[in-house]
This record gives sequence, C-alpha cells and structure tokens, in this order.
Amino acid sequence: MQALEVTDLTVAYQDKPVLWDIDLDVPEGILMAIVGPNGAGKTTLIKSILGLITPAAGNVLIYGKSYAAQRQIVGYVPQRGSVDWDFPTSVLDVVMMGRYGELGWFKRPSAHDRNLAFEALEKVGMQDFAQRQISQLSGGQQQRTFLARALVQDAKLYFMDEPFQGVDATTERAIIEILQNLREQGKTVIAVHHDLQTVQEYFDWVTLLNVRRIASGPVADVFNTENLRRAYGGRIAFLREEKAAGD
Amino acid sequence: MELLIEIFSDYTLRTVALGTAVLGIVSGALGTYAVLRRQSLLGDAMSHAALPGVVLAFMLTGSREPLVLIIGAGIAGIIGTLFMLVITRFTRIHADSALGIILSVFFGFGLILLQVVERLGLPNRAGLNVFLFGQAATLLQRDVIIMLIISVFVLAMVALFWKEFKLLSFDRDFGSSLGFNMVWIDIIMISLLVLAIVIGLQAVGVVLMSAMIVAPAAAARQWTDNLAVMMILSAIFGAISGITGAIISSTGAGLSTGPVVVLVISSIVLISILFATKRGIVWSWYSRLRNQRILRLEAILNDMLKLAEQHEDPTHPHALVVLEAMGHMQGGVRNTLNELINRGWVVQVDSTHYSLTPAGIEEAETFLVSED
Amino acid sequence: MSASTEILLIAIVTATACALPGVFLVLRQMAMMSDAISHTVLLGIVIGFLIFNDLDSPWLIPAAALMGVITVFLVEVFVNTRLVKEDAAIGIVFPALFSIAVILISRYASGVHLDSDAVLLGQLEFSFFDRTEFFGLNLATSLVTMGVILLVNLILLLVFYKELKISTFDAGLAAALGFSPVLIHYGLMMMVSITAVGAFDAVGSILVVALMIAPAATAWLFTDRLSQMLLFSTIAAVLSAVGGFGMALFFDTNMGGSMATMCGIIFIIALLAAPNRGLIAVALRRMRQRWEFSQTMLVIHLLNHEGTDREADECRVDHLWEHLRWKPEFAEQVIRYAEDHGTVRRQRGILNLTDEGRDIAESAMVR
Repeated sequence: MQALEVTDLTVAYQDKPVLWDIDLDVPEGILMAIVGPNGAGKTTLIKSILGLITPAAGNVLIYGKSYAAQRQIVGYVPQRGSVDWDFPTSVLDVVMMGRYGELGWFKRPSAHDRNLAFEALEKVGMQDFAQRQISQLSGGQQQRTFLARALVQDAKLYFMDEPFQGVDATTERAIIEILQNLREQGKTVIAVHHDLQTVQEYFDWVTLLNVRRIASGPVADVFNTENLRRAYGGRIAFLREEKAAGD
Repeated sequence: MELLIEIFSDYTLRTVALGTAVLGIVSGALGTYAVLRRQSLLGDAMSHAALPGVVLAFMLTGSREPLVLIIGAGIAGIIGTLFMLVITRFTRIHADSALGIILSVFFGFGLILLQVVERLGLPNRAGLNVFLFGQAATLLQRDVIIMLIISVFVLAMVALFWKEFKLLSFDRDFGSSLGFNMVWIDIIMISLLVLAIVIGLQAVGVVLMSAMIVAPAAAARQWTDNLAVMMILSAIFGAISGITGAIISSTGAGLSTGPVVVLVISSIVLISILFATKRGIVWSWYSRLRNQRILRLEAILNDMLKLAEQHEDPTHPHALVVLEAMGHMQGGVRNTLNELINRGWVVQVDSTHYSLTPAGIEEAETFLVSED
Repeated sequence: MSASTEILLIAIVTATACALPGVFLVLRQMAMMSDAISHTVLLGIVIGFLIFNDLDSPWLIPAAALMGVITVFLVEVFVNTRLVKEDAAIGIVFPALFSIAVILISRYASGVHLDSDAVLLGQLEFSFFDRTEFFGLNLATSLVTMGVILLVNLILLLVFYKELKISTFDAGLAAALGFSPVLIHYGLMMMVSITAVGAFDAVGSILVVALMIAPAATAWLFTDRLSQMLLFSTIAAVLSAVGGFGMALFFDTNMGGSMATMCGIIFIIALLAAPNRGLIAVALRRMRQRWEFSQTMLVIHLLNHEGTDREADECRVDHLWEHLRWKPEFAEQVIRYAEDHGTVRRQRGILNLTDEGRDIAESAMVR
C-alpha cells in the first residue's frame, strides 16, 4: 500500500496558480526529499496535503483514505520560523502539544502524556532541556524540540518543512539519524529539503518540484542533471556539477 | 490603613472596588492572548467600535440597563472585527489601516449618536457620557453582579479552552494539522476578548479600555516564562490597577476612573520592564556586569595557573607586572586580585607578588574543565 | 465670507492636510501611529498651556508636535528593549501620555475649553468666532493655521517626494542611496504630529485618525501609483469634508463626528465598488476567471498525461471529473467551454488537446 497518493493536486492563491496538477505516489518506509527552487510550492504542497490550504482541485489519500480519516497517523513539523519562540512556554510543554490531537477537545494532558513527551525528548537528546524556556534554545535545539513534538505524535507518515534549516552540523547528523531510525520502524518521512548536496546521502526518494512535478522516484533514478535543470532552470549553474550530476 | 477600613465599611466604595477588580482580572487574563498574538491594538479598535453599540442600544430600548448596553457594545465590537477581517482578507489594505479606520469611524459615528441622544433630552442620558472616560463610582451593585457573571463565564471558557487557546496562540498551523478547527477557536477567543472589553467600558471608558488589555499582560510577561503564571500575574496587575484607580477617582476631585487606572497600570509596566527578574533592564544590566567580573576572575586565575605550570610549585608567586602583561585588560588587575584574595583563592606575598592558594588552584582547574 | 462657507473651507483644508501624510502612514503600515500621536499631542498642548498660561499661544503647536515625536521615540525605546512587541508598545505609551493629559486638565485646567468633549470632538462649529488678521484679511484662526499646515505639507511633499517614495517602497534602496531612513521616518512623524495638532483643534483626537487613514486607504483601492494615490486621497478627503459638512447641517450634529462617518461611508463605497480592487469587481472577476482557470486546469491535466500509459484512463471524458475533483456536471460544462474555445477535441470518449490548448497549457506552466 502506498503511504501517500496525490492525484491532480492544483492550488491557486487568488488567481495565481502555485501548484499545477501534481501527482505523487510515495511508498511506505522511505525518506523522501522535496526539492525545488524558492517559490516552487514545496511548503504549499505539504500544507495542502495536510488540509491547511484548500486546493482548487485534486485528491490526497493517506494509506488509502482521506487525511481527515487518517489524521492520527500523520505527524507534522512546520518551519521553525513559523512560530514566535519568545512565547512563554517550556520545551516539554511544546512537545506535549504533539499529544493534543490524540487527546481531542478539552481533555488535559495526563502524567502518561508527560512521560511520552519526555521519552520523545530523550530520543532527540533534549531531556536536560525539558523545563527550559523555548526562547533560550539555539536554532538546532528548536528544531529538535519540533522533531520531538512530531515523534510524540507517534505517526506512520511524517511531513517536515525544512527540518535542517539553520541547524549546526551535529544537530543535522542527529536529526538524520532519527529519521533513519523512523524508516527502520517502517515509517515514512517526507521532508522539504534545501541542500542539494546532501540529497543523495540522506534520502531514498526525491520529488523535484517547480509549480508542477518535474520528477519523483528513487534518488538513483530521478536525481540527475537533466531533471535538476528542468526544476531550477538556469539557476542550477552555481551547484557543483559532479554532485548534481548524480550517478 | 484608614483607606482600607473605608473600603470595607463604605458600601459604594466596596461595590466599586469589587467591580473594577473584576474587570481588571478579566481584561488582564484575556489581554495575555492579545499581547502574545500581537493583536494589542485590536482591543483599542474594538473598545472604540463599541461606542455606537452602547448608544444605539440605549436609543432603541430607552434603557440604561448594563446588560442591554453590554449586548449593544458586544454586537458593535464584533461587527467592527468582522469589518476588519473582510478588509484585510479581500483587499491589500493592511491590518493597521483597517484598525485605524474602524476605530475612528465607529467612534465618530458613536459621538454623533451620543449628541443626538443629548439633544433629544432622553432621560438618563448622563449615564452614557460615562462610557467615554469611565466613572467607576456609577457602578451599582446590580452592574457588578452582571460583570461578575460575565467574568466567571469568560474565565471558565478560558479554562475549558486552555489547551486549544495555547495551540492557537503558539502554532496555529500545527493545531489545524491535528484536526482542531482553528477558525472557530479564534472566533471564540475574539468573542471573549470583546466581552472582556465591554464589561470594562462603564468603569474605564472606551477611550482607555485598550490599555487594560495590553498593559497588565505586557507587565506580566516580564516576570515569568510560563503562560499560566503570566495570565494569573496579568489578572492580578489588572485587579490592582482597577481597584487603585477606582478608589483614587472615587475619593479624588471628580477624576474619571479611566486615566487614573491607566496611570497605575502604566507604572506597573515601567517597574516591570526595569526591575523584573531575569528579563528586566536593571537585572540584565547587573547580571552582565557580574558576568564580566566573573570572566575577569577566571582569566586571572587561569593566567596564574599557566604561569605556575612553568614552575614545580603551583603556589609560586607571580609579579603583578607579569599578570598585567598577560591580562588583556588595562588596569583593573589589582582590583580583581583583591577580589580573589577576598575569596581566599589568591594570597599577596609581597607588595608586587601574588600566588595561588590551594583553593584557588582547585577553582582554576574546575574552570579549565568546564571550558573544555 | 459667511460663517458656514468659512467653516466648510476649514473642514476641506483640514481634511486635505491630513490626507497627504496619511498616504505614507497607510503604505508604511504605520496607521496606528496616527492614533497614538493624535492622542498624545493633547499632553503637549496641556503642558504648553501650563507653561505659557495661554490657550492661544503660538508655542502650543510646536510643543504639541514635539510631544508627538516624543511618542514615536518612546515607542521605539520600548521596542528596542526587546521586552515588548511594537503593537503592545504603542498600546502602552499613548494611553499613558493621554491619561496624564486628561488628569492635568481636570486638575489644573478645568474651566478652560479643554474639556473631554473638546478633546474628542473638536470645535469646528465654533472656530468661526476665533479670528485673526492675516495679510489684511480677517480670517478664522483655524483657517489660517490649517492653511499654513497644508501649505507646509505640500511644500515638504514636493521637495522630498523622491526620498519619501523610495524609502516607502524600498527602504533598503533608500539607505543604499544615502537617504537616512531614520531622518525620513522622523521627518514624516514630525509632519504627522504638526498636522495632528492643527486638526486636533478642529475635529478632535480620534477623528484625526479617520481623516488621515480613511481617505488614504480609499485611494489605495483605486491606484498603485504614489502620485495618483496622493491625488485620490485628497479627493476622498474633500468629499468627506463636504459630505460631513452637509450631514452635520442636515442632522444638526457635530462636524467632527459627521466627517469621520462620511470618511467611513466613502471608504465602504470604494471598498465595494472600486474598479479592479473593490469587492464587487473581485467577485465578478473570480466568476469570470473560474471558467478560464478551469479550462487551464483541464488542458494542463491533459498535457501532463498526454502520451503516458495512463492516458486512456486519465483523459476519458466520463472519468475526468474524478481526477480533477469536479462534479460531473461541472466537468461537462468546462469541457464544453474548452471545446467552444477550440482548446480540446473529443475523440472516441477521449479528450485530446488542440495545438491552441497545448499552447495555453505550456504557457501557463512556464512562469
């Protein structure tokens, strides 16, 4: 069964189309990168799959059912910059938000939820920061906190918007290890990714996007110069040719 | 003390103090969200927008019943908010302009209506002017009871939606992805904010009510990094300023309550920004100084240890000039050394030579470890 | 000049003087600063009055304008501590200063016409009685004051037009060209303050906000160009003044309130009916574009599946609606629309692109 099937997804802001007729089939148990130039609609793709943006047309199936029906098995890591990190709350509290969906309306988190949140923090190596105010975190720690919040959702399919954005090398290694760990448990991770140099190293699959789908499939098959050139146009020039050329 | 006795013995004053305390608590609590969501000025627009609602409600019903006026104010406030949403959603006009237009146009319209009421010579019209700058002394027990009921409702809703409101304020998109209908949560929160504003109008007035939303929360934010604590503190600050303002204006020479309350809460903001622990300006200034001093202590201990390593004896005395040459700062070395002597980490051997004590060596080594 | 003509003239001059700096407030997203300034100038007036003990002292205007600039400065001080955000800083600073003013008035200046009605409503109706000799003409003082302020605003605008324009639309470029953004910012705030002081006397503190923001926002619904925006803002302001004057006469109510209401009415009319950007125009365009947009979606869908092995399934007339998530009837209508426009052809239950359709699809995707 496919973890994610997107058919004919089209999204328009007012009159301007940002995603045109996207088809995606993502098998279970892989790490997939979504790459493309700025304004290619990468974030929009994730947001419209999650129902945060209403698409003009198209259909999204998660393990064969609609998103609304499968919410419990989907985890989401938004862009780090999308929230106010000066908000008066602790790391543990943010991670606990990952349990809110399971709790539903009005119910308060229990000691059990707390323990789960704490376990998730241990997985990302942030257990010592549980009570830390979130404004005192470095960029990498913020990203780990968001990752822990997604882990505590205990999902089967994860969407991550630039999980490596603004993190140090150590955190990047730690995060990719966590993602690979998730894959070993049979989970699927779809991440917006900016660094073309590391696509081959980190991911199994890749989707090249520029308003429409340029290519999607195993990295070995589709991550090549021709597709990159089609996605990035002339802007590919600054990339190191041998890396971008693929196998 | 005399004043306290007076509050508890004087029936009117007790009513008034209770009323303003209640409004301070509610506006302080709801203001927490407005400030954190950067919607501080929405309160300003909504309180001004409430004026025509108050006057129209009076004109239509001929009643000065607070409940009637509150309903009128609430409806006008919500209409104003809807206007603002339409303008920002469907045109390119920014939120600040939309707020400015709603605030001033609704208010201008309200002033015309107020004048019409005065000209018509309707009874009880005096009660309406109070809504401009507020007169807590006009609060009757009945009014306060209604305020209390609404407040309990508003606070109960905050408790009920605690988790959802936190989600909305911190990470709206994540909340949506979890399946919460964030639009409805937002509407509920804004409606509660409107309620918090309208119950304060009679006591504080539409012109200055917005300060009661913004200032307590902004002050409370300085003292804590915890949302619940911030809200409680904000409510306390709101209550303190409400009561103080009401008492001063009731006893003083015909002062309106609004300006007095605002001055009290503004002072609390100023004190908080200056002296709050951790975040306050004075505090961070002081802790920066302290850090610099500790860094200087560490640097000299470090230098002495390094020098000592060149000798067999770690307590070998070193000349002041050498330490000054090693230290990157001009002067101040002697002062720092004196501080080290006070702490028992260094002893002065003669007028120009200093050596580490065993305790100083231990200290210097722990610094070195923690630096690695 | 008759009393009513002169009052109308004051209204027009005041509205125009406000509408010009208002354009920049709206474009720079600083509209609420006018709310703050128009309140705090009262404190400047009161302090000036307490010092000079004369409500007609010419020093009151600079004193009040200075207080406006101090307000802007204080807000920035608060923001720079990084302890409060800008919106909260505005929401704290101006009510505090305004409260000081109200208390000072009731303690030390009660009896003077600085009562709460004057503060909130202004005194346009009575401005006729306060007169000045100006170049041999006997004119209402307000007319002279506002006339001078309008003239100063116009001159400043003409002289610094380029600087204001660049710093408003591209602050980075302005700084690179050597125009100090701070200087321009404070210059503009000074202009807003002086205008607010003058207008304050005529229409009261809160209605100054209406005169500054509403005409400028109205103008922005009509045009993108700064010069046109200034012109349209002025027109909206004059209409608000004339309309407000008429309304005040007809209903026998306060002029300030009437002008603010008229500003609102004109804004709402523009909001609904402005060409291109009005709500009605937007709705109509959306309806029209829905068909075009749907057709484009259709041809792009066809292009994407042209020559693929799923073509037979994806491009079947009777299955298309499922793939495009349309209702069957709507899909049929779109296909007819596309056939009528010669972009698709039906062949044995399969839709094919015409060359024209392929052009449309390709040009829609190359952006």
